[in-house]
Amino acid sequence: MRFAAIWLAVLGLFWGFSALAKPLLPWAFDWPKAMVLPAARWISAFTKWLLNEASFGLFTFQELTRGVSAVIEVPYRAATGVLSEGAFGLPPLSWLAVVVLVALLGHRAGGLRLALLSGLCFLFIAVFGQWTSAMVTLASILIAVPIGVAGGMSLGLAAYRWPGFARAITPVLDLMQTIPVFAYLVPVLILFGFGPVAAIIATVIYAMPPMTRITQLALQRVPGELRDLGNMVGCSRRQMTWRVMVPSAKAGLMVGVNQVIMLSLNMVIIASMIGAGGLGFDVLAALRRLDFGAGLEAGFAIVALAIALDRISQALAYERVVRHGYLWGALGTLGIAGLLAVLMPGVQSYPESWQLSTGTFWGQVVAWININYFDTLEAVKNALLINVLIPVKRFLIALPWAGVALFLGFVGWRLRDWRLGALVAGLTVLIAATGLWDKAMTTVYLCGISVVIAMLIGLPIGVMAAERASLWRWVRLAIDTLQTLPSFVYLMPAVMLFRVGDFTAMIAVVAYAVAPAIRYTALGLQGVDARLIEAGRAMGCTNWQILTRIKLRLALPEIMLGLNQTIMFALSMLVITALVGTRDLGQEVYIALTKADSGRGLVGGLAVAFIAIIADRLIGAAAARARARLGIAGDSHGG
Amino acid sequence: MTEDASGPAPKLLCRNVWKVFGPKGAGVLADLGMDATAAQFEARGYVAAVRAVDLAVAEGEIFVIMGLSGSGKSTLVRCLSRLIEPTSGEIWFHGQNLLTASEAEMMQLRRHKMGMVFQHFALLPHMSVLQNVAFPLEVQGVGRAAREDTARKMIALVGLAGREDALPRQLSGGQQQRVGIARSLAADPELWFLDEPFSALDPLIRREMQDEFLRLQAVLKKTIVFITHDFDEAIRLADKIAIMKDGAVVQQGTPEEIVLHPATEYVAEFTKAVARAKVVRVASVMKPLEGAAPAISIAASAKIADAAPLFLQEQALRVVGANGATVGVLQRDDVVALMLGG
Ligand SMILES: Nc1ncnc2c1ncn2[C@@H]1O[C@H](COP(=O)(O)OP(=O)(O)O)[C@@H](O)[C@H]1O
Ligand SMILES: [Mg+2]
Repeated sequence: MRFAAIWLAVLGLFWGFSALAKPLLPWAFDWPKAMVLPAARWISAFTKWLLNEASFGLFTFQELTRGVSAVIEVPYRAATGVLSEGAFGLPPLSWLAVVVLVALLGHRAGGLRLALLSGLCFLFIAVFGQWTSAMVTLASILIAVPIGVAGGMSLGLAAYRWPGFARAITPVLDLMQTIPVFAYLVPVLILFGFGPVAAIIATVIYAMPPMTRITQLALQRVPGELRDLGNMVGCSRRQMTWRVMVPSAKAGLMVGVNQVIMLSLNMVIIASMIGAGGLGFDVLAALRRLDFGAGLEAGFAIVALAIALDRISQALAYERVVRHGYLWGALGTLGIAGLLAVLMPGVQSYPESWQLSTGTFWGQVVAWININYFDTLEAVKNALLINVLIPVKRFLIALPWAGVALFLGFVGWRLRDWRLGALVAGLTVLIAATGLWDKAMTTVYLCGISVVIAMLIGLPIGVMAAERASLWRWVRLAIDTLQTLPSFVYLMPAVMLFRVGDFTAMIAVVAYAVAPAIRYTALGLQGVDARLIEAGRAMGCTNWQILTRIKLRLALPEIMLGLNQTIMFALSMLVITALVGTRDLGQEVYIALTKADSGRGLVGGLAVAFIAIIADRLIGAAAARARARLGIAGDSHGG
Repeated sequence: MTEDASGPAPKLLCRNVWKVFGPKGAGVLADLGMDATAAQFEARGYVAAVRAVDLAVAEGEIFVIMGLSGSGKSTLVRCLSRLIEPTSGEIWFHGQNLLTASEAEMMQLRRHKMGMVFQHFALLPHMSVLQNVAFPLEVQGVGRAAREDTARKMIALVGLAGREDALPRQLSGGQQQRVGIARSLAADPELWFLDEPFSALDPLIRREMQDEFLRLQAVLKKTIVFITHDFDEAIRLADKIAIMKDGAVVQQGTPEEIVLHPATEYVAEFTKAVARAKVVRVASVMKPLEGAAPAISIAASAKIADAAPLFLQEQALRVVGANGATVGVLQRDDVVALMLGG
């Protein structure tokens, strides 16, 4: 009772303050212009200094970045030479050769089924006329992935060996995983210039932190006995690392490799904003001229690449007994395909007459929907906009930053301790201090509504799937597949049906963020101790009572984790929706990108990261409390 | 705890060894002093996993450390090879205190003088049986042909010839531990540590492996520290047993001494269920010879269980020493009392 009273009082205070204090304390509502932190200017000045003046004695910073570019340029040129452009007067690999090679690789990794799947994925790309672009994209993936894996693994190994280093990089990794990609596109662009190499560098920066994390985890999970064994036989440090630890952690490390591949593919479209070319560029260009058919086709090609690479890299994680001869098979393929290519031009480049195009078809579908259902769609959209979206947005923007900071600080304090409260309140004040309060609130509003809707959809589906194993199998396949799609793919159908605006952004965000809501709900419910359910049954509970009184309550911490993930997914998608004209922090970052204003971009990105961190810490604390309370509830259950 | 000066100097000697887990273990140990109980450490958030342990392991002996799970056996055996750094104490091996040895010296010692078998086998999953067994030699930089040659011999020794190219996960638990044993012997160590080597195996296989182990030791004559939580296993294998509880050794001695004279209630709990006749030797029950010597003789080192059938005809047996001389007499009543008595 007292607990509820305190909360009611605080909420009342907060509401009263927000509603009445404006005339008295205007500064608590709008951060005074004169006091806005010129962080963006500082960062821009710093970047300029780096670029023009910074020097390490022997060489300048600019020479360093040029050197890095040059080092990456060489293998990238080689890869594009082999795959798409040809070199030394030789043509690039023919489509037939690549398809067969990929199928061989699939066979080596996972047998006949995987061979067929991966071969078909690549054939699909050829048939739909996306071959040249796809090979450009593949080339940059082939360069970015090894760099990301090697870099992430080195950092992970170092963090494993030196605990001090681990402590130092953990907050950086936290920040890197919450900061939107756009934010560091700008500095990368400025430091490395526009082009595929800069795109590869941005991709590596994006994909490396998870690899570092996974490497640390995988090494920690190596059984203590194996470490003891290494010491006992007298391994040197190097032998310990490379002969014992890394091979024993291989399964975990391969999960990291898979992650790097998927994240790199996720970056394909975004990276094309700083010059990646290939499929990403095609999608972006199509999106800009609102040519949905072309955009979708290029998008599907990215999905085909993603599926093939995902399945192959996952299969490689499982140790199989492998027959030999794959190398000969590959060499034979190269020889035969090369010969055929000379004899038949259709083998070298996929003939246009065999190509299919669904572009016009999709264009017609959209046109048809828009002609026949325009009024319905429009009515739904407007109803939601007027009754839900706009009022919520107004309400949030009208809130005083000081009140929000105090309120969040109070929540943090009640949920854990004063330190969490101070962190949360401090981050809120920082957001206000950058002068981006209104945009931040727009982000919060779009993210909040999308998350609510995603949870409203995800919870019931998760509950139903948890009850029925056969349904769960399909649902899991569906959400696994959804998660291999690059986030941009979600944007296209939404734009086709609803054009640009907040509503479109919301639809895309919901579609992207619903997967974790479903997954964590189902897993949480399935994880409930079967004995407790049996006990409930024995006491004569109905199915509904078992669900609401036992299962949902015990699964609450897990469902909260799902909520947390849903918010993180929503935020990362939200930034991308800036492309369809939202007016939030994402837009701020995106504008900075188009103007190559690194300070503005980073500040906007950091504001998004702060929102993510606030949500993450508060929900984490709430989940921990729920877990602790359930421990107590479990005891009183017996009485 | 008889640390007499008789007999050869022990191969491995440990004096007052402590291990206190926690960020400032040594400081807490200094604070609480050497008489502190496990509970006192626990109250300060520390775990005293090994407390004031003294051991002397003689050359060629099977020294078994027995204790329930969590009693500190694994920690102790890892202290002996300094896989875990002891908080205080001395460990003498080859006239050197290992706790003062440098990291490089320890590496050489572990490479050439020590071998270890692990409870969960600790086979490297990406290597074949042959590569696993050859691994200690590979680490030492032994050439491929030489190390594979040795490895093959070791694999044959543990009865796995023909499975050299199998991967660990294709083997049964018993076979995997045979690989672990072969690997621990590959570098021909003097000291052989086995940390619950058979605990993860089925009872039948465990028995088979124990026999195999005794057969191997009869040939190899290593100095062995063998860890187990199974008192029957300890009795079956040991020349000497140390019983651990809460990190301290509560009693050590031959199986016979422990079964006949348990030092505490705790030890007595273990000895209760043991068939004494299978542990106790004739020498422990015999009386001095008075009057005429009985006709039938038995060796002083034989177990009572071996003597029992002879009493079907006789009332008493003549006990002879290793050199054949009569050293005493074994009375039927004493044997009956031992076999029936509590
Ligand atoms: N690295 C460690 N840190 C803290 N406590 C430990 C550590 N390793 C073992 N312990 C504790 O030391 C005690 C003895 O453990 P262990 O030697 O593994 O026992 P046993 O092998 O006899 O089962 C246990 O209470 C265990 O929890
Ligand atoms: Mg143990």
